[in-house]
Amino acid sequence: MRNPLSKKVVEIKPSGIRKFFDIVSEMKDAISLGVGEPDFDTPWHIREEGIYSLEKGKTFYTSNAGLKELKEEITKYLKRRCQLEYDPAQVLVTVGGSEAIDVGLRAMLDPGDEVLIPEPCYVSYLPCVTLADGVPVTIELKAENEFRLTKQELLDAITDKTKVLIMPFPNNPTGGIMERRDLEDIAEVIIEKDLFVISDEIYSELTYGQDHVSIASLPGMKERTIVINGFSKSYAMTGWRLGYACGPKEIIDQMVKIHQFAIMCAPTTSQYAAVEALRNGDDDVAAMREAYDQRRRYLVTRLNEIGMPCFEPKGAFYVFPCIKDFGMTSDEFATTLLKEQKVAVVPGTAFGDCGEGFLRISYAYSIENLKIALDRIEVFVKGLKK
Amino acid sequence: MKEKLLRAIDKNSKLSPADLSRMFGVTEEEIVTMIKELEDEKVICGYPTLINWEKVEQDERVTAIIEVKVTPQRGQGFDRIAERIYKFDEVADVYLISGNYDLVVILEGKSMREIANFVSDKLSPLEAVLSTSTNFVLKKYKEHGLPLVGEVKQDERMLVTP
Repeated sequence: MRNPLSKKVVEIKPSGIRKFFDIVSEMKDAISLGVGEPDFDTPWHIREEGIYSLEKGKTFYTSNAGLKELKEEITKYLKRRCQLEYDPAQVLVTVGGSEAIDVGLRAMLDPGDEVLIPEPCYVSYLPCVTLADGVPVTIELKAENEFRLTKQELLDAITDKTKVLIMPFPNNPTGGIMERRDLEDIAEVIIEKDLFVISDEIYSELTYGQDHVSIASLPGMKERTIVINGFSKSYAMTGWRLGYACGPKEIIDQMVKIHQFAIMCAPTTSQYAAVEALRNGDDDVAAMREAYDQRRRYLVTRLNEIGMPCFEPKGAFYVFPCIKDFGMTSDEFATTLLKEQKVAVVPGTAFGDCGEGFLRISYAYSIENLKIALDRIEVFVKGLKK
Repeated sequence: MKEKLLRAIDKNSKLSPADLSRMFGVTEEEIVTMIKELEDEKVICGYPTLINWEKVEQDERVTAIIEVKVTPQRGQGFDRIAERIYKFDEVADVYLISGNYDLVVILEGKSMREIANFVSDKLSPLEAVLSTSTNFVLKKYKEHGLPLVGEVKQDERMLVTP
């Protein structure tokens, strides 16, 4: 029999997180600080709207790019929260932010085009670039810069084949953000070198102490940027699978084409629920943000007390402490911690090689759970220091 | 900050000053002082525990919600009559309300008879009380923002996700 598989697909490395998931799953009564999704339930009024749409029999396809009402609400929301002005025709509603990343890359890349990916980062950018026949080029972000992308790092990575830069901020796994002045430096290079940006802003609502700035809101950047956002993190709607992309109409039109053939349309029930989220969900977002902020401070303070130094993350719901002093790899540390104290955290290497020496700890957990987990981590670390 | 602190302990009064200091990024002493002030100002009035008494077998208690129509008294409005009612130990809550009645009195008794006796012997005879309407609680679903019925919520998320 012939080999049924595509070489390109077979050569893609499986996600590093998968391996760790398998180990954790076999461990009974482990406490996990390993998830990348909110612990809150979707606010009831949003769920109720989804149920109501089902009761009314709204169970058909929507138009390919998404419900008209939803696209309108998205444009109003982006204006209100990110100072971004889009026409509803520049919006594509997708199956989660993940689909928007995939479709965006496929719409923009020709074989051999290079895509710059700052690491550590979310696990899907690299394989999505490969699947779109692009060439992923990683940029190692540094702890001393609080995992921001600097102008020099960007310049050093650019070649004549470079076409797209992925901007994953606020960042999973580091919790790092890019402030306006950081973005201005980047925008300057992007314009000068005639590049495009795919800006994954899925954590835009979860910044602490300052509002998120979208790179697309800087002068000259809107026509070069695809903004990706969604409902999973801000409204605790991960399972609804709903995100969106906004950008120049010529790019969005091509993205709609791929989306139309691959997906048809995003789930109708989720779209109705999302309309309610955007219309009446601001207070829910604020309340969740405040809860995350309290947990964030709790976690950072305790980790520093324990002797696991970490910079203060200003976004998302992760902290990224350094464990280099303990003489173990991230993988060894995480595995031993799991075996000895039954606490699951994710080795930084799951998010790129430069995550070596770090761990991702999620604070999408109640303070009570964080307390128990941190008590156990403290015992573990004390044992190591003896 | 005070409001945020209050919201945090409103949901969970077991948080220690050490935990709160880490959550809010201030010292433990500052938290202790702030809570003391709030207690002195009677902003924080107590630290009761939310108990689902229906699950306590030996405890056969009955709750009634009594709507009360009263005549307000000159110079004192409803406050005086409300006070005469809320001083009874059996009375759990008293609210002044808009609508067809003036006061809502929530009463906890050992039996329906005890509550009936309270209404007929203590409440109705009060001079300012014009009429009452007693509603017995059949089942409690939610109190203080927390559901009392339904299954214990489990964390259904996968243990590790990207």
